[in-house]
Amino acid sequence: MTAGRADGWTRRHKGTRVRSLFVWCVLSGAIASSGLLAQQPADRSKPPAVGPAPSLKLPAIEKRTLSNGLQVWVMGVHKVPTVHLELAIRTGVAADPAGKFGLASLTADMLDEGAGSRNALEISDAIDFLGAALSTRGSVDATYVDLHVPISRLGDALPIMADVIARPTFPEAELKRLRDERLASLLEMEDDPEELVQVAFPRLVFGPQHRYGTPVLGTAASLKSFTVADLKAFHASQFNPANAMLVVAGDVTAAKVVPMLERTLGAWKSAAAAKTAAVAPAPQLTARRVYVVDKPGAAQSQVRIGWIGVPRSTPDYFALRVLNTILGEAFTSRLNNNLREVHGYAYGASSRFDMRLSAGAFYASAGVQTDKTAEAVKEFFNELTRIHETVPAGELEKAKNYLALLVPRSFETSRGTADALAQAWIYDLPADYYTTYADRVRAVTAADLKRVADKYIQPDKFAVVIVGDRKTIEAGVKTLNLGPLTVVEPGQVFK
Amino acid sequence: MLHTALLVGLLLQATPQPAAGPRLEVPFTQFTLPNGLHVILHEDHTVPLLTVNVWYEVGSAREKPGRTGFAHLFEHLMFMGSKNAKYGDFDQLLEAAGGTNNASTAEDRTNYYIDIPSNALDLALFLESDRMAYLIEAMSPKTVDAQRDVVKNERRQSYENAPYGMSSIEIAEMLYPKGHPYRWPTIGYTEDLTAASYEDVVQFFRMYYQPANASLVVAGDIDPAKTRAAVEKWFADVKPGKAVVPPIDYPHPTLNEVRKKTIQDRVQLPRLYLTWITPAHFAPGDAELDVLSSVLAGGKNSRLYKRLVYELQIAQDVTAFQASKALNSEYQVIVTARPDADIARIRAIVDEEIKKIQQAAPAEREFRRAINQIESSFYDRMERVGNFGGVGDQLNSYYVGAGNPGYFNEDLSRYRALSPDDITAAATRFLPLDKRVELVVEPKK
Repeated sequence: MTAGRADGWTRRHKGTRVRSLFVWCVLSGAIASSGLLAQQPADRSKPPAVGPAPSLKLPAIEKRTLSNGLQVWVMGVHKVPTVHLELAIRTGVAADPAGKFGLASLTADMLDEGAGSRNALEISDAIDFLGAALSTRGSVDATYVDLHVPISRLGDALPIMADVIARPTFPEAELKRLRDERLASLLEMEDDPEELVQVAFPRLVFGPQHRYGTPVLGTAASLKSFTVADLKAFHASQFNPANAMLVVAGDVTAAKVVPMLERTLGAWKSAAAAKTAAVAPAPQLTARRVYVVDKPGAAQSQVRIGWIGVPRSTPDYFALRVLNTILGEAFTSRLNNNLREVHGYAYGASSRFDMRLSAGAFYASAGVQTDKTAEAVKEFFNELTRIHETVPAGELEKAKNYLALLVPRSFETSRGTADALAQAWIYDLPADYYTTYADRVRAVTAADLKRVADKYIQPDKFAVVIVGDRKTIEAGVKTLNLGPLTVVEPGQVFK
Repeated sequence: MLHTALLVGLLLQATPQPAAGPRLEVPFTQFTLPNGLHVILHEDHTVPLLTVNVWYEVGSAREKPGRTGFAHLFEHLMFMGSKNAKYGDFDQLLEAAGGTNNASTAEDRTNYYIDIPSNALDLALFLESDRMAYLIEAMSPKTVDAQRDVVKNERRQSYENAPYGMSSIEIAEMLYPKGHPYRWPTIGYTEDLTAASYEDVVQFFRMYYQPANASLVVAGDIDPAKTRAAVEKWFADVKPGKAVVPPIDYPHPTLNEVRKKTIQDRVQLPRLYLTWITPAHFAPGDAELDVLSSVLAGGKNSRLYKRLVYELQIAQDVTAFQASKALNSEYQVIVTARPDADIARIRAIVDEEIKKIQQAAPAEREFRRAINQIESSFYDRMERVGNFGGVGDQLNSYYVGAGNPGYFNEDLSRYRALSPDDITAAATRFLPLDKRVELVVEPKK
């Protein structure tokens, strides 16, 4: 089988640069047809005109509530006889108690290691036999249980999913196994410069006390402290219908699926909603500093530059999305164009506002060749400075179109649709968010960009984190006079 | 939903016997232009997007000695402008229309896609046809240099600086004799990337990027008649090639012993790679080995996962897969050990499990579980039209690999026709324990 395999082939750029941010809009206009005759020679003197973009028409969300209060949103995607169910619990790492970082995600991972009358192997066997996939994961702002299953086997798979959500057993032996697996995963993260920078940067920006400064997985010390009692207590306090919602997307209707859900999930006991408050924002950085995380012999330096950004609820959401598209999100963005196309220092460069319930990081990043590290960092700062100048009209229009027109992609698959709807719920997006998305993107002006660039991108206060070969890069980086330089051992940022 | 199943394109005809499974159909039309370009059209109106997907039947297997990595470097050059779309236009125009694009190179093929709202069909076809017809007019040695640096950084990022990143390069050199087209890496050797010249670009384009060596899929929110007219308009002035692409001539690999090597890397977890040379994509044995992968390493109950990761907990993860290719495939078992685990013990257990499957057929439920998973994976691959691995890409893949874009059901039928005994027979024949390559990556001391 070759589909979907990443090794053995090499692609033009990493990732699709379409981030999984939830967007949805209805665009006006009709499908333009070419209206050209085949025998006419092609006119290549200028690019063919592009007519108005077609409108995206989506079926209504069928919103229901089970007898125990669990909200259910159903959207038909009638293309393939499969269905995707995504149960979201509005509890993420913010609920991790101090000293117990990793508890939320470890609880999530343990859900399918024993539930109802089945042990871990029996759950896995039953799900695999149905041709289904069941996954559980804890993320920053939510915990998810996903079931992807052929529609004909939904009735057999649902009771297992319901057990995993409502009746996990948290066996001691499985906890020990998963804990050891995570301890080894932390070592693997330390070994991979691309992953290491994703741990080092937030640690150096948010610090060890703030939850966003430690990986979702936790630390070795916290992992070793967890007991079955911790997990059971966490599950009991957070997992209930009042703190959850279920999205169903695929070849179904509410009329068909809701009675099935009532039978399997209707008895899940409701309790007082224990909605976790977002973590308190971390103090913002005030002076620029440089950190070199030493990786002797590294062929590239992984560079990440930034500070604390904004929460998902920011009123500047649309302006920041457009700004970042121009700075580092699209392939033609300034950072990618500068570091990859103009200078050839990197395979790709990008930037991102990590928007969470509380303010996440803003950062610009790239892997750059070791012997051009200082030159590359200089170019980062050139772009982070230039973004404060008025953006030319053509560049602004391109970015706005790009953002507005990416919307339909979220709804191509049952999984994408379910994800999109769950995100809307987790972040309390307004009811008209979907229908006004494109208009709000198009309403962003060059003046808006200038205002948010000034407010949220202040390069003289950024942390500069470089994972690379210290002895080769340190002298060059120092000549840039960016601020005090601290050398960090990789293991330090995991503590 | 607005669209009927018929419009959307996938027909699943329920049959009375569930064992036979529903038939997978992806409706399409196809035609060949006078210049030799083969065209495949497929309608799906789920969302107002379309994909323009092009496969050129050339990959790293066609590279000359001293020019490894060239097919991939060339792929990058395809984005550097053509006669009527100067450098930068390709991405700028597509993004302004809400489009995204990417490309990839493997041993046997290079593929390109543009995903874009359906109103921008002509723009996508203009750009795609212009580089197929007029790439060289815009090419210069300077262009080659610019992407050479980008590709060298891709190599640093994905191979040299990535944990275990050099293992695939080592394994290929151990598996294949000198001159075998799969012996060198798709990313290329650094010195060969340095050596690639403008003249190489011209020659490669004339030989391998001629329309008869390519196939074009337009799929998604399209009107087939209008799309056909647009394709005919934009691709009519692509000149037919003059050269004939010769068959690949290469030394056949022989692996009559165990070849072992240990390398060191900046990692804390040791890793074992076992690799065999196996039947080509779609050849007898290919589907059997996919099922075997599921039996060995798919899910918690699979044999290697259960023993090494779940029970003994001496491994962090285990992977087994058949990497299907045109000339021959490779079967690989990869085990990442826990930090202090003994690789020799892990290898002995893997061998024990392979011996077991060579001696007795998998249990009926175990076998059925694997088939059911594979069947579901076919459905999942039907959902998305664009991007790598979407329906558009698959239509081209089946056209190039099997000569029929609509090979979906035939492909699935290969798996449905198997029995548990077939898996044992394939494991016995194709995974001999005494003829394989063993690479160990150990932590640098």
